Amino acid sequence: MTPHPAPETGPFLGRLSLDALPLHEPILVVTFIAVAIGGLAIIAAITRYRLWGYLWKEWFTTIDHKRIGIMYMILGLVMFLRGFSDAIMMRLQQAMAFGGSEGYLPAHHYDQVFTAHGVIMIFFVAMPFITGLMNYVVPLQIGARDVSFPFLNNFSFWMTTAGAVLCMISLFVGEFAQTGWLAYPPLSGIAYSPNVGVDYYIWSLQIAGVGTTLSGINLIVTILKLRAPGMGLMKMPVFTWTSLCANILIVASFPVLTACLALLSLDRYVGTNFFTNDFGGSAMMYVNLIWIWGHPEVYILILPLFGVFSEVTSTFSGKKLFGYTSMVYATVCITILSYIVWLHHFFTMGSGASVNSFFGITTMVISIPTGAKLFNWLFTMYRGRIRFELPMMWTVAFMLTFVVGGMTGVLLAVPPADFVLHNSLFLIAHFHNVIIGGVLFGLFAAINYWWPKAFGFKLDVFWGKVSFWCWVVGFWLAFMPLYILGLMGVTRRMRVFDDPGLQIWFVIAGIGAAVIAVGIAAMLVQFAVSIWKRDQLRDESGDPWGGRTLEWATSSPPPVYNFAFTPVIHDLDAWHDMKARGAARPTSGFRDIHMPANTGAGVILAGISLVMGFALVWHIWWLAGLSFVALVATAIGHTFNYKRDYDIPAAAIAEVEDARTRQLAAAGA
Amino acid sequence: MPSIAPRLARRFRLILAAAAIPFLAGCNMVVLDPAGDVARQQGNLILVSTGLMLLIIVPVMALTILFAWRYRAANRQATYRPDWDHSTQLELVIWAAPLLIIICLGAVTWVATHLLDPYRPLARTAPGQAIAAETQPIDVQVVALDWKWLFIYPEQGIATVNELALPVNHPVRFRISASSVMNSFYIPALAGQIYAMPGMETKLHGVFNETGQYTGFSANYSGAGFSDMRFAVKSLSDAGFAQWVAETKAGGGTLDRAAYLKLEKPSEKVPVQRFASVEPQLFDAVVNLCVEPGKMCMHDMMSIDAAGGAGIAGIRNVRSLTYDKFAARGTEPGYWGKRYVGALCSSPLLAQDDRPDATPVDLAPLTGAGLPSPGEPDSAAVALASRPAPRS
Repeated sequence: MTPHPAPETGPFLGRLSLDALPLHEPILVVTFIAVAIGGLAIIAAITRYRLWGYLWKEWFTTIDHKRIGIMYMILGLVMFLRGFSDAIMMRLQQAMAFGGSEGYLPAHHYDQVFTAHGVIMIFFVAMPFITGLMNYVVPLQIGARDVSFPFLNNFSFWMTTAGAVLCMISLFVGEFAQTGWLAYPPLSGIAYSPNVGVDYYIWSLQIAGVGTTLSGINLIVTILKLRAPGMGLMKMPVFTWTSLCANILIVASFPVLTACLALLSLDRYVGTNFFTNDFGGSAMMYVNLIWIWGHPEVYILILPLFGVFSEVTSTFSGKKLFGYTSMVYATVCITILSYIVWLHHFFTMGSGASVNSFFGITTMVISIPTGAKLFNWLFTMYRGRIRFELPMMWTVAFMLTFVVGGMTGVLLAVPPADFVLHNSLFLIAHFHNVIIGGVLFGLFAAINYWWPKAFGFKLDVFWGKVSFWCWVVGFWLAFMPLYILGLMGVTRRMRVFDDPGLQIWFVIAGIGAAVIAVGIAAMLVQFAVSIWKRDQLRDESGDPWGGRTLEWATSSPPPVYNFAFTPVIHDLDAWHDMKARGAARPTSGFRDIHMPANTGAGVILAGISLVMGFALVWHIWWLAGLSFVALVATAIGHTFNYKRDYDIPAAAIAEVEDARTRQLAAAGA
Repeated sequence: MPSIAPRLARRFRLILAAAAIPFLAGCNMVVLDPAGDVARQQGNLILVSTGLMLLIIVPVMALTILFAWRYRAANRQATYRPDWDHSTQLELVIWAAPLLIIICLGAVTWVATHLLDPYRPLARTAPGQAIAAETQPIDVQVVALDWKWLFIYPEQGIATVNELALPVNHPVRFRISASSVMNSFYIPALAGQIYAMPGMETKLHGVFNETGQYTGFSANYSGAGFSDMRFAVKSLSDAGFAQWVAETKAGGGTLDRAAYLKLEKPSEKVPVQRFASVEPQLFDAVVNLCVEPGKMCMHDMMSIDAAGGAGIAGIRNVRSLTYDKFAARGTEPGYWGKRYVGALCSSPLLAQDDRPDATPVDLAPLTGAGLPSPGEPDSAAVALASRPAPRS
């Protein structure tokens, strides 16, 4: 190993110098060239077609929850491609590095790859995906015009994006952390990670964390305060319920992450000793704090998708959801229980038997409400009339895959079993089993389900099915070998292996990853083909699946104001109830609608935050100070912006609604 | 549970093995088929728990497929009840069934976690082979270094790097720590893992039931050399172990503090090394982060703090590190410098004490607490005046 000495610190550029550019790493140089060419092509195209003004006015500065939701999904998708590239690199390295071969990645690069993979997949893929989904769907489901704090929503999105951009910059300027995705000290302390990697980690998560926390607050307030009249808590759609619980978890747990990373940065920047070995620091404190955030985090990811599965199962079974009340209580139970299980991530750090048993058993108890949910979906299908459209296919695949991941999860909650499986590839297989089988399958169900709502046309079924089968088969091929390797005593984050008997399993896992790559490609093709053939796939009704909740009551895509009149709710499954009662769509008597106005403040604030994060990473103190001042000044300046709202005149609404009336009539004819 | 578990486990093992043979022929699942009694019980627990959960998982998967097929839209024969959404009996069943499984599994967990607590001295070496009261386990002190393992045998007075030899059917007690960052000490064939953490001590008990060559490694990523942080584990007969000890003693080499400080510097793929003698109390000094000469041990620091602290003098008692163990891992000189708390008294830690377990040192040698740091006699008056009263 070549030690990587910390760079000299200069007064003007801090630690930044030309040495920070990884010109000696051919993989990165080629990647950079590809990214640069792609980026230039996109910029050229936008300029050529004069889209900058449109993008700025209609998208970047938008406070419309629907457009922000779509932008979150695009962010998640872009970052997903990066995170998946990391995965492929790891699979390739581990399939090669046998019998004295060092593979093709040196430790310095490989260790960044697995760290970046974890960080990106959780913070910049899964989180934007679920936030985007909730942003898009929740206000429509509760009959609201927008979220409670529309500007905050725009700001949250751009802060998340700024975090993601800072994380991506580390690919080409400097390096990323080589610590594993949770950056346990002392390894992540200044003594053992003196370079910029961990600082990139800290500041990208801190900046994105601002966005996540604010967006959590925003959605909680939206759900609690903006529900349409008549929609009591127990008449809320299940997706809204699970979103509420997920956002409560966000608001309660992300500050812990922020505090934990702040303490780590104090250790790294000003020489405090919270987590150091000497001077009374305790690394265990960090491990506790990070998991007090980290365990609720996995429920933040999965809960909204449980909601998606509930909506999809009920819709495509043509049936009311079985056991709505027990579904809600199960969700709330999971929310509360997720706070008292964190220690199961470190049974092996020497807690006593009683402590370990307590946390093991609380973990298992979570499987009871989760099991109840599964049965509820099962009995929603029972005596239904199930249409196997793409969302339903993903749901059934989820049910069959997730139970296996749930089982291995409970197994890992048995402390003596965890002693032999902790940190093994069995663990890796387990959490990919629940995150891919639960979160990703759920997202794909959701994307296929709500795409027609967002764009007015369905997604292509053929390419959807190709993607579905590649994903499902690829997942089992890629992760079953890891279960077996875990039982063979193989641990995670290994770069090279001695035992040639293991290689075949890594090769199979690599093939699985390649099949998943085909699945991802098929999904991109599915999007492209669907946009290409959008006229054939068009849905005029606004309700292509026979939906049951309010979002299907409006047009696809919905008008900027969502609903011309705020609907009045009489029943759970409000739209199904309206259809059953034959409630007529109002076609006259429109009034002005008061709406929030677009603003560029979010982009600017997030941009300054990005500069500040970069300056802090590289110790460019003058720039950090300057950008901090600019940040505060812009925030104060924004409070003097009085052009925050406008009214849509009744005449304009009548025009839109009349067009919709004609459209419905044409479709019905 | 202890008597029934092996039987259950055997049954599940048969079933699972039968199902898995076509896939798993020729792969060595060391976790389920280890060479030590502790690991075997842990492996059995995996099988028992899996079996218990399959009781509910299999029906759920079967029902999913059955319902998905039976109630497909094309099947017009199937009953369709679009408004059926509640059944109290069914709800009771779907909450009670997982609850019952978890009650069973929770009971198994509680018992097994206490029986297999790594800190608990072993009661048996194998099923039916109770350990006699007078049998003392063999002690091994383990230190995870950057990127190799140090094993100290305090009774034999020897030490090795990346090689662990143990007598078969004899209980072993490990005391585990680390020099710099977290690692996890794991020998799958012997017993489950436990973390090795700097400034902390963890314990593990285990026993081998078969002789042979096994592998141990770090199960927690610890930096660039992590992948090669593996060591050979030899389970030897009593005679073989005695011979191995004798060979090591004959081989020469001394592990004193200076040698340790050299050894702990980062290195990768380190070949086996043996030391015929080892400085007593080296492990305690490692745990207390005071191998470096003149550095105050953590437990001394805690004793002083418990007595009210050393006041201003304590703040002054910080020296620059003469030996920078971090430098080789790439640390810059740093804005803040690398510092440590200087020892107030020069007597080495617990030098007269050869008990195997560290106990809090008595305060007698620390009556100098509160005095100014050595070399600054002038400030004695200031320091004494500003010393806070002891809290007790």
